Amino acid sequence: MVVAVTGLNAIDSPGPGVAVIRALREGLPAPVRIIGLSYETLEPGIYLHDVVDKTYQIPYPSAGAEALLARLQYIQDKEHIQVLIPNFDAELFNFIKISPELKRIGIQTFLPTPEQLQARDKINLYQFGQRHQLQVPIDRTIYSAEELYGCAEVMGYPLVIKGKFYDAIIAHTLEQAQKAFHKLSAKWGLPIIVQQFITGTEINIAVLGDGKGNAISVIPMRKLYITDKGKAWAGITLEDDTLIELAEKFVQATNWRGGCELEIMRSADGQPYIMEINPRFPAWIYLSAGAGQNQPAALAKMAMGETVAPYKEYAVGKMFIRYAWDHIADVSEFQQISGLGEL
Amino acid sequence: MQLKKNIATSESGFIFNPSTGDSFSANPLAAQIILLLKDGNSIADIKKTILEQYEVSESMLEKDWDDFISQLHAANLLQS
Repeated sequence: MVVAVTGLNAIDSPGPGVAVIRALREGLPAPVRIIGLSYETLEPGIYLHDVVDKTYQIPYPSAGAEALLARLQYIQDKEHIQVLIPNFDAELFNFIKISPELKRIGIQTFLPTPEQLQARDKINLYQFGQRHQLQVPIDRTIYSAEELYGCAEVMGYPLVIKGKFYDAIIAHTLEQAQKAFHKLSAKWGLPIIVQQFITGTEINIAVLGDGKGNAISVIPMRKLYITDKGKAWAGITLEDDTLIELAEKFVQATNWRGGCELEIMRSADGQPYIMEINPRFPAWIYLSAGAGQNQPAALAKMAMGETVAPYKEYAVGKMFIRYAWDHIADVSEFQQISGLGEL
Repeated sequence: MQLKKNIATSESGFIFNPSTGDSFSANPLAAQIILLLKDGNSIADIKKTILEQYEVSESMLEKDWDDFISQLHAANLLQS
């Protein structure tokens, strides 16, 4: 199978691409040819030739869907890609938009609908939770720092101040909240999301939905080591029926199609709150393969029209420990990807 | 009082709670008590075993026992 994958930035805040590829290579019948799609010239996956067979640069999401389609058409003429798995939040909208055209040129995807993508957006998360009886923290979407006072009256301190796309800052006072508002709005624009702070244990769930309301795979993981950027550097699979049921309820309520990650905070009284829903595989997705439910391989099969039965079992207590590794490359490779846009 | 059913233990004293991902290291005596609890032994039997095997007075055992059980509760290892 020929599979194209984005998110080759295996850095300290890693994209999921390399993990997705490892899972594909393990879970799909050989031969598997991986076409990397990169944005930056120093995404480590570009240079890992036993991971990625060939990489092409693609235009940034801001260039629009047409530019992306034109580039993919060029790549498709050479590579005959069968399945494409995008792995960044910011690129998903364009890939969803052009998925009918991709299908026409022989590239299958397995993505959520635009409505599904929009419904779980952090701006809409509270309403989403209310609609589907899912427990989510109270939040407000605000457009000016003056609104922070009202938020604090309702939610109390600390408040979680979130950027439209990324980043979150915990504010213990009005002054801190105002500072966070200005910092995040300068970086990501408006609106800003103000969310109730929930204390507890941070748990993440990797989920694969078939688009018909069935959860094909659910793997809950607790972060054991968290970097200063809040990313998991080590984690362990958990056994907890309430988490599985929560994920199944989410998939059933939304008919979610494709991979996603539920970010959960389990409060001291055991209640799981959905803090965020990421509409793609997490960077730790290789753990799903390690635990016996290879979600990327299952997604590729479903994209090719195969029916995949829901997984029932996984290994509890399976851990991942991420590591940093200095890979040596020649400047000629850097020159080639920089100059020609492919390597 | 019972240990949660899914708690994994080893003879070396490693304890893993698969519901929370927490793990603990127990000293040899704590590990022995946990294994006895896991095997379904009654508290009276476990205390009797300890009194037979170790040089400890009954009053000291009672005091330490309460401390130990509090720790198991705090670690979320016991059935509620």
